[in-house]
Amino acid sequence: MKKLRQEHPALPPVLEPNQDYGRLVDQVSGVILRQPAPRFWWGGFLLGLSLLMIFMLSTLLLFGRGVGIWGLQVPVAWAFDITNFVWWVGIGHAGTLISAILLLVKQDWRNSINRLAEAMTVFAVTCAGLFPILHLGRPQVAYFILPYPNTMELWPQFRSPLVWDVFAVTTYFTVSLVFWYVGMIPDLATMRDRSRNRLARRLYGVAALGWRGAARHWQRYRTAYLVLAALATPLVVSVHSIVGLDFAVSVVPGWHATIFPPYFVAGAILSGMAMVLTLAIPLRAAYGLHNMITARHIDFMCYLAIATSLLVGYGYFSEAFFAWYSGSGYERFMMADRIMGDYAWAYWGLILFNVLAPQTFWLAGVRRALPLVWVISLVINVGMWLERFVIIAGSLSRGYTPSIWLNFRPTIWDFATMLGSMGIFITGMFLFIRLLPLVTIHEVSELVHHQKQLEGRLGEVAR
Amino acid sequence: MEQGLDNVRSWGLLAEFAEPEQLIAAVRRVRAEGYTQVEAYSPFSIVEVEPALGLPPTRLRYAVAAAGFAGAGLGYFMQWFALVYQYPLNIGDKPLHSWPAFLPITFEVGILFAALTAAFGMLARNGLPRVHHPLFAAPHFERATIDGFFLSIEANDPRYKMPDTRTLLESLGPRSLTLVREEFEDVAHATVAPEPRP
Amino acid sequence: MTDAPQSAHQTATDDPVEALRKRLGRLRGRELWHAIEELAESPALHRWFEETFPRHSAAMAEAVNRRQFIQLAAASLALAGLGGCTSQPREHILPYVNQPEMVVPGHPRQYATALTLGGLARGALVETHTERPTKIEGNPLHPASLGATDLFMQADVLSLYDPERATSYLRGGVLSSPDAFISDYLREWDALRANGGAGLRLLTGAISSPTLTTQIQRWLDIFPAARWHWHEPAHGTGGRLGAQLAFGRDLQPVFHTDAAEVIVALDADFLTHGPAMIPQARGFIDRRRMRAGTTTMNRLHAIESNYTATGAMADERLPLRPARIPAAARYLADRLGVASGGGDDDGLTPFQRRWLDRAAADLRAHAGRSLLLAGEYQPAAVHALAYAINQQLGNFGTTITMIPPPLTGTPDPHASLAELAEAIDAGEVDTLIMLGGNPVYSAPADLDLGNRLLKVRQRVYWSLYHDETASYANWFLPAAHELEGWSDARAFDGSATIVQPLIAPLYNGWTPHELLAILAGEPRVPGQELIRRHWSGRLDGEDPEEAWRRALHDGIIANSASHPEMPPMATDLPRRLFEAWAREQPAAPETLEIIFRPDPTIWDGRYANNGWLQECPKPMTRLTWSNAALIAPATADRLGLANRDIVELELDGRVVEAPIWVLAGHAPDCVTVHLGYGRRLGGRVGAGHGFSAYEIRATSNLWQAIGARLRRIKTGPPLAAAQYQIQQGEREFALQGNLENFRDDPEHFIHLHHAEEPVTDLYPEGAGLFKNEPLSWGMSIDLTACVGCNACVVACVAENNVPVVGEREVVRGREMHWLRIDHYIEGPADHPATIFQPMLCQHCEKAPCEYVCPVKATVHDEMGLNVMVYNRCIGTRYCSNNCPYKVRRFNFLSYANENETRALQYNPDVTVRMRGVMEKCTFCIQRISRARIDAKNEGRPVRDGEVTTACQSACPTRAIEFGNLNDPESRVVALKQEPHAYGVLEELNTFPRISYLARVRNPAPAAEEDVSPS
Repeated sequence: MKKLRQEHPALPPVLEPNQDYGRLVDQVSGVILRQPAPRFWWGGFLLGLSLLMIFMLSTLLLFGRGVGIWGLQVPVAWAFDITNFVWWVGIGHAGTLISAILLLVKQDWRNSINRLAEAMTVFAVTCAGLFPILHLGRPQVAYFILPYPNTMELWPQFRSPLVWDVFAVTTYFTVSLVFWYVGMIPDLATMRDRSRNRLARRLYGVAALGWRGAARHWQRYRTAYLVLAALATPLVVSVHSIVGLDFAVSVVPGWHATIFPPYFVAGAILSGMAMVLTLAIPLRAAYGLHNMITARHIDFMCYLAIATSLLVGYGYFSEAFFAWYSGSGYERFMMADRIMGDYAWAYWGLILFNVLAPQTFWLAGVRRALPLVWVISLVINVGMWLERFVIIAGSLSRGYTPSIWLNFRPTIWDFATMLGSMGIFITGMFLFIRLLPLVTIHEVSELVHHQKQLEGRLGEVAR
Repeated sequence: MEQGLDNVRSWGLLAEFAEPEQLIAAVRRVRAEGYTQVEAYSPFSIVEVEPALGLPPTRLRYAVAAAGFAGAGLGYFMQWFALVYQYPLNIGDKPLHSWPAFLPITFEVGILFAALTAAFGMLARNGLPRVHHPLFAAPHFERATIDGFFLSIEANDPRYKMPDTRTLLESLGPRSLTLVREEFEDVAHATVAPEPRP
Repeated sequence: MTDAPQSAHQTATDDPVEALRKRLGRLRGRELWHAIEELAESPALHRWFEETFPRHSAAMAEAVNRRQFIQLAAASLALAGLGGCTSQPREHILPYVNQPEMVVPGHPRQYATALTLGGLARGALVETHTERPTKIEGNPLHPASLGATDLFMQADVLSLYDPERATSYLRGGVLSSPDAFISDYLREWDALRANGGAGLRLLTGAISSPTLTTQIQRWLDIFPAARWHWHEPAHGTGGRLGAQLAFGRDLQPVFHTDAAEVIVALDADFLTHGPAMIPQARGFIDRRRMRAGTTTMNRLHAIESNYTATGAMADERLPLRPARIPAAARYLADRLGVASGGGDDDGLTPFQRRWLDRAAADLRAHAGRSLLLAGEYQPAAVHALAYAINQQLGNFGTTITMIPPPLTGTPDPHASLAELAEAIDAGEVDTLIMLGGNPVYSAPADLDLGNRLLKVRQRVYWSLYHDETASYANWFLPAAHELEGWSDARAFDGSATIVQPLIAPLYNGWTPHELLAILAGEPRVPGQELIRRHWSGRLDGEDPEEAWRRALHDGIIANSASHPEMPPMATDLPRRLFEAWAREQPAAPETLEIIFRPDPTIWDGRYANNGWLQECPKPMTRLTWSNAALIAPATADRLGLANRDIVELELDGRVVEAPIWVLAGHAPDCVTVHLGYGRRLGGRVGAGHGFSAYEIRATSNLWQAIGARLRRIKTGPPLAAAQYQIQQGEREFALQGNLENFRDDPEHFIHLHHAEEPVTDLYPEGAGLFKNEPLSWGMSIDLTACVGCNACVVACVAENNVPVVGEREVVRGREMHWLRIDHYIEGPADHPATIFQPMLCQHCEKAPCEYVCPVKATVHDEMGLNVMVYNRCIGTRYCSNNCPYKVRRFNFLSYANENETRALQYNPDVTVRMRGVMEKCTFCIQRISRARIDAKNEGRPVRDGEVTTACQSACPTRAIEFGNLNDPESRVVALKQEPHAYGVLEELNTFPRISYLARVRNPAPAAEEDVSPS
């Protein structure tokens, strides 16, 4: 902290000065305990619910009639379904990244937003996990893909990237959930002790597992939390690499590229950052958390967006370069078709949204104009969706065999399923905001503690 | 009144401080007095307290490492068993033991085992979940998760002796000082058959 | 409260339906049908049928309340069940091969019979499972089949089980019975006899059946004043009328393509069209099977307006608008020293003349072994001139012979129908008996037959479907399908076949013989007796019983083929031709010509309700489920038209709305429309697709007309094409080269880019399983031999229970065909070279689809087959994405047809796939298993050629070879070692088990340099 202050005296502080533990707790728990819920919360929650209804409807139809309700065909047998899957998994990456990696590298500014980001991860991965099941159209047979002992000695085909996906996404979901919950235990205890409502006390009490902040507990807790972070970091990289392998392992022109795993990871982080911004900026305003989510948080996230967008840009470039360098006519044609073919609009759209738009973050003025940042973050989300769509549907529609070339034409149910999955996410997020501490109380309190020490020392230095 | 309190079977003494620094000082002091059954409670982790309490470093990380490697091994074995040993099939004419394709799952299973061990190991060693604890009955203790910093000395400490221990704690200038009783059931029990005076 | 009286009334009417259901429950087989007939008389049932078929009842106004509705539902359920009943044929019929003691379930038997197209027979072997016909194969002994089939034969078995076939005898649209018709007819018998049958008319389709011919003759003897007309909308008269012109005799030409080294086709699609297609295609291809060391092959020059599969097979092709084709014929005649009787103003361009010069030179160079083949839809004069030229070249007797027409009746059915129309106007027709043909729909528009029919008092119509004509008839009689009854028929060369039933009539329909017997006053004679009565004494062989058995067993009556005749050419032919040419209309360059042709897949409309044929992509256009106005790219530019445009197509004031399809290779300044679409009645499958070209087709110009007009009115929905991209560019899918290059260096006469790069394989050892197994299957497809006729496609559908998905799903790109015929064109759009490539699962040895499947639903078996495990598939579709050939098909919706009647056709050896399951070609694994079981029972290895896939056995030109790759003697191994054998996308290391033989073309010398100016 001190070092930081000396190196960058200009930097705004992570927390505004003169915080007090009690006031801080009041503020955070106030978000939850305030009755009645603010109007805008109801607005968002109902929006989420209505989208959730759309999801229910389209899923009902899907399971009743089959994936034929979507625009899928041969050759384009994957389109919106897998695009949404990859998109959601990508969004789910920022949470673990912010929590784990920034924790390991001691970026204490993370404390104010990591809870939010982790929650985002959990719900995003939930959405992601649904699509592989949805895209079968027959959920009752989805369990065939799991390794369960059976008399016919039938096991999954472990060489298939789809099985890797199952393991990766399940592991990722479990670990994220555990990480989220463990990080929340002390705060749940705080809520238990803070809330007056009897039922709330009971529920938070049970959820807090009887946490009482003993020093011995804190010691093991810190270790466990650090270990989880250390495990989650390679995990987060592996998950989207494996998702990238879904495509890299195949022989399809436009998929068969070794650059995919790293460039998918970069894309995932970019989309995740964008989604954190999309959520954090309105919440900050709505709940007046300016003292915790400060301008510096926004800055740092913008920096990360710039970095990852440059990585993604490099990914696009190397894709094109190796298509040419491979000497394979099929790959070259595929690249040319992306740039000039029927999906050119989507390709140039994603270049604009994912590579060019984030570059505006270089300007401090843009970073300070939060509405603008928010819009750009939305634009990046769209761009990342387009990227996956171009890779999946675009490549499939122009495979090896010309006689079967066909463009993908989405139906209304393609869109319904996509919007519906957003319903799951939004509903989940708003329930989380309402029921669980939005900011990691104990870590922020710790931050206050350090800050007090620092201010003390600075005071001495002054004298 | 206090006399009466003294005579009910008590869990220990609980002192509350306003600032972490006071707590740290207090811990150092009581440890110096030779108390062993000492514990500090704080709304966030205060690193300085742990050496003051003389806590040994936790061994959790070794358990995690062991579980991680065990999981990875299990994951690889599962794939080898299924594709090479039990039901070999010609799939795309790939070698049966195509180990590169087995690595992703090996890795994921390893991580899963390690992570679960870390979380549940921590809870187990902390004796959690335990939703019922004498301290929860103590007044003001709810502040331990908000802005209170507590120090407890349990009654089963060999050095624990009334009123010396209390005077010691009072001398540290706590915001409050409480005699924590055993669970209420015990109190009820005590009223039926009160202990004989010493 | 108000219900009480009503319900009481209802229960009264309940009883008959209840009784019906009870009685039907007890009865079986033939009694059952009688039971229905008797019950049919009951008034309650009449009311019920009126309500079920409101179209035919005056009771349309009556509202049906809920209670009645439930009754009807229940009763119709009971009846629907009957549709599924099959009963063994009543007469004794003979199995084709060694007769087993009893019917062994799961062990199909084959019976020989014949199926007709345009009246002419193609011999068939019908596979039956427990007396249930499921699949049609060709009869090797039959001259029109040679063991192969065309797509119509394959699809006939589906028409047999079509649940929408007419099921009931209707009088005035009300349910009646066969007996009722007989009594009705006999009631008028005396009156008819009295006036010698004046006003009695019979209208049939094309007839080659000897028995039916004699029956009609007998009927005419009974009623001297009666008349017999025939109507065959797709029947080309050119050959016979031309013979009358040239020889003064009514003769039918027979083309022997196997003897021809040079063929010049004048607007003749002789390779994929008509009842003689198979022998013509086989003969043509047998002269161009290119193998290592082959140095010669025949050459085909094709002159045509529409772009047909024959044009695609041609080595030299000249697109000409119809009006120029007679000119081209005259030009050839002049070049070959035959008096054409025509002037010099032929309007041919210099390029076209040079082209014709080369063709003429080729004909002359191979005099005696060449053939000028005029298409059946060309006018008589062109045929007469063609005969003259062939005679001049001395081709008669070798490449072309003339025989007495196998079809009976006047040579020109269209004139015959016109006579009938005139007779109706003259009020000479009192009773008209129509045998099929759906004349109201298919008659030329100028006859306006529908309204004319209403002037006829008694209109009897006998048909498979309750179609447009049926709604004009006051007596409707359901017909028996060709597989349901006894009959006989002649092939294109006159050889006769006994048609034996494979199953009792599903709907108690009559064969034409049974109907004619009734008309001749002897009702209810068993069909077999009618046929035997005719052939008794006509079959050679001392023991008649033995001869009869032999005829049935062989499916062909020994040496019944007609003997060729060679009458002298009419001396005044040039004068006759001159008069004919004089009648020609002049075609100004800017006027548009229109061409009418039967549809490549649903013929004249009689197959409109056959889903297999509707969904079978048409050659060249690859369209399904619809016809279109086909025009050349140049014409499209000139008129500013493009695909999906809907135009108003006008001819002589008659107008029809048609979608445009731009077809590269089509001749400019003319538009081709196919007949058979735009059906209004006759089944849910057929109705409402495409447009009816009959509506603008007049007797005066049945096949081509000058002065059509196209006016764009709007943009329509996309047409259901199975292929949009027809350029393969640099990609090496369908490869072709020229004969001289093949002679010089068969190895490299086609350039393979990837051939230079060495094939590197990281794991040459592979899985190390299934080494040195006895069987390892592979296939070879000869692109030089594939004429793109689609017989294999429909055969695959029939054999493997491939579902029909419908037009909407095809537009979405979800057709389910395991085998498709890809078209790729090279060269300029005005005269491209098209090459056909049958594309099916390549059964790659290192299959990309397998290692991406998460559940082992697609794996390799010990015979090297890439097998699908349907009930393990969870439908991730990853395999389809990773298949470079895109031959995997997915059940996006529930496509399998559950209708119990239609389900009778399903091949019991093949799983019917459910929704959400991937499927693809299995190399007909069920046939492989059967062969292995047989071989095992006989304790011998599987012989080469013992397993034939459905596509292979159907192929008219034997382009497909299938066999055991581990048997060094097998034919397929030999073919795979041919120098011009290659695998598609080999460079991906998929090691496909199908190898293609590159197509060899034989262009005329000096044709290369001479390219069209256009």
